[in-house]
Amino acid sequence: MNALLELDGVTAGYGGGDVLHDVNLSIEEGGITCVVGPNGAGKSTILRLVSGLIRPRLGGLRFRGQSITGLSPRQILQLGIVQVPQERSLFPTMTVWENVRMGAYTLSDRALLERRMATVCDTFPIVAERRHERVAALSGGQQKIIEFARALMLDPKLLVLDEPSMGLDPKTHGVVFELIRDMNRSGRTILLVEQNARSGLGLASHGVVLESGRVRLEGTGASVLGNGEIGRLFLGAPV
Amino acid sequence: MRSPSWIRAAKWAALLLVLAVALLFPAFESDPATVNIAVFTVMYVGLATAWNIMGGYTGYVSLGHAAFFGFGAYAFGLVLAHLGIQAGYEPFLFVPIAGVLTVVLALVIGWIALRTRAATFVIVTIAMMFMVQLLAENLVGLTGGGSGLSFPVPPWSGDFFDTPFYYAMLVMAIVSLLLSWWIRRSKFGLGLLAIRDDEDKALAVGVPAHAYKLTAFVISAGLVGMIGAVYGYYVTYIYPQYAIDPLVGISLVLMVFLGGLGTLWGPVLGAVILEPAQLWLAYNFGASLLYLVFYAAVFLVVILLLPRGIIPSVGDLLKRIAARRAVGPSDTASTSDTHAVAGVQSP
Repeated sequence: MNALLELDGVTAGYGGGDVLHDVNLSIEEGGITCVVGPNGAGKSTILRLVSGLIRPRLGGLRFRGQSITGLSPRQILQLGIVQVPQERSLFPTMTVWENVRMGAYTLSDRALLERRMATVCDTFPIVAERRHERVAALSGGQQKIIEFARALMLDPKLLVLDEPSMGLDPKTHGVVFELIRDMNRSGRTILLVEQNARSGLGLASHGVVLESGRVRLEGTGASVLGNGEIGRLFLGAPV
Repeated sequence: MRSPSWIRAAKWAALLLVLAVALLFPAFESDPATVNIAVFTVMYVGLATAWNIMGGYTGYVSLGHAAFFGFGAYAFGLVLAHLGIQAGYEPFLFVPIAGVLTVVLALVIGWIALRTRAATFVIVTIAMMFMVQLLAENLVGLTGGGSGLSFPVPPWSGDFFDTPFYYAMLVMAIVSLLLSWWIRRSKFGLGLLAIRDDEDKALAVGVPAHAYKLTAFVISAGLVGMIGAVYGYYVTYIYPQYAIDPLVGISLVLMVFLGGLGTLWGPVLGAVILEPAQLWLAYNFGASLLYLVFYAAVFLVVILLLPRGIIPSVGDLLKRIAARRAVGPSDTASTSDTHAVAGVQSP
């Protein structure tokens, strides 16, 4: 497979300190890459870099071989890199339909917008069924689905998911992760940061363990999950 | 849920009925005092609707819109004087000029004020209003200062005097409502609502927040300025404390909050309830300023009992009743899982 996104020797951080140190990472096109690691390892910093919210101090990022270092969040969005943040990102007083519509706010082609809406409604029938309801009236899991639907409105090439399991009950968690698998099967590349390492790595074709801002281990999701030392250190119990 | 077809038909029928009553009102009511109350009520329908385009849709509460109301009146009076327009129907044709001049002022004020958010924005708008009032007071050569500014006195007398102004105010109210309706349904309006919910999230999805806020502010101010122009011609004489009155700004905000902030019909309902009541109190207990106590009491009741206003609160109540009827006692257990996730198919 080809690399869709590459981080080359990236050093980045906030204020006076570096959080990531000389990180090299390759996100394969069509796969699910899951980044795990303890709190403070730099997982969220990678996502902020990819979304253009911060810039690397050293090194650079390439998307389909082209440098995207220093691009604005809006330019990155237009390239097809769409993030679903960890915290609730919907507009609470808007309806389900309006929230999904906001996903393609930068799109001015009305016909294309209608087609995207129709596709998203086919994928997530809840969007059409509850289109006139305020999102605040939906459960946490349903809101997560609306967030996914909104992200798909820009027909993303790379979907960046920040801790999608956060705050979900076990039943909803299963549904949401199956949905991530389905989105990947439909051809979307997924970069996933997940505190629940077992769930994330279980889903991933490629796993990356981050520790103190450095890549400690990488390999297939199953091989990382099966690594005894990593299991003891990061996954909470012997594997 | 989308309203059933019979509800939509009932809404259209009610709308047409209200429009018919508004259009025919002066034909049925000849008492000048009553038509006078109607003129001010329709004026506040327009003002509150115009304010709602900014305050209701973006969440930026301006307490300084009285500045645009007074500025519109002054600008109109000066335009009529400099162009030598005679009293009669002709001055109404120049009302849009007052709107354009108010838009220019709003661009300057908005450019500065909209660099702030929340409480700071409220304070900046109040400060701007007092600055405009002070300018009207001190630019004596232009505005007449404390001596005020006179308008051409309309030639109509007796029972007919209020009627042309009633229709002029009605046109402004309808224009404000149509603009508000169009904005609420447009992509621009969706961007404004996103700003109201969370400005940073709105920026993240590509809403040009500053440009949109400024556009809403300018549209809102332009409408208020034109209504102020008609008002100036109606009262025929204005002076700074009267034309740029903080109570005007507070009244229209209170009307929007009472009816429903950010809704299309909330400002209309709030104005129709509050303005006649305020005028009745002012006419009957004017010397005691009892109407100010009334305003304070209404404000407290709204904040404590109806924080979202009448229309959203009644809407929620009706939805709850409908939901309770739709879910019978036997269904309650099966729908108790609030985390149920439904409606997903493979992409």
